[in-house]
Amino acid sequence: MPGEQGTWVFLLGDMVVFGAFFATFLVERSKNPDLSDTSRKTLHVGVGLANTLVLLASSLFVVLAIGAVRVGARSIATNAVVAAMVCGLIFIALKVFEYRSAVMVGHGPGANHFYLYYFVLTGLHLFHVCVGILVLSFLLTQTRRTEFSTTRMAIVEGGACFWHLVDLLWVVLFPLLYLVS
Amino acid sequence: MTDAARFRLIPRRALVSWLILVAVTLVSFALGVEHGTGAAIVFVVLALTGIKVRLIGLDFMELRHAPIVLRALFEVYCVALWAVLSTLYLL
Repeated sequence: MPGEQGTWVFLLGDMVVFGAFFATFLVERSKNPDLSDTSRKTLHVGVGLANTLVLLASSLFVVLAIGAVRVGARSIATNAVVAAMVCGLIFIALKVFEYRSAVMVGHGPGANHFYLYYFVLTGLHLFHVCVGILVLSFLLTQTRRTEFSTTRMAIVEGGACFWHLVDLLWVVLFPLLYLVS
Repeated sequence: MTDAARFRLIPRRALVSWLILVAVTLVSFALGVEHGTGAAIVFVVLALTGIKVRLIGLDFMELRHAPIVLRALFEVYCVALWAVLSTLYLL
């Protein structure tokens, strides 16, 4: 099992909490589907797609990093973690662009319930991205190690799984917010 | 490190899953943008989302070979997520 038991309690718990948020969002938007759909169409769907691809690329870099750590390919592991962090920073930059664009045309969190949920859900996810980058920073301090105890390797694997959780949550958020009419 | 060892740094299954994830993302995008209306399309998009979640869990988080309880919990989560979201959309 990658990571430790406690890590999985946290990861699965986070998935369930976000699942409840997703369900609440669908219930809320069903109360005023026309307004929700009109609002949805104002989002930058191309930016949402780009962010999805950026996070998928970052996940592949993290898979590469873990594989490299396991065989002692320290340089590859380091470069892969750095690449994943750059992907995370690109995600944040694109999200800030989206937020700024929305607020500038009067589509802030107070505009209607759709935008409120959009900002809350993507904001919570963005918080996860920021924590994820901190976790990747920790992984970066580990990639130069020559030996890993079982516990240390479990912590590194757990950190990688957290980053994959960030990807997993966005993979659900993207269609819910940008694609489902 | 030999070329063969370097090649194994990314498990073949994870690489295939990643390619599927990118392809499914692009298909979902095309379906959502071009045919955004209609319960059937939304049903398909949500099903593709469930598949993507499952691939990330099984091949990136390495749950495919995890203890049966952990894998079962994750599989149940994937199915429940798809079922709940599809049901709420259709209601």
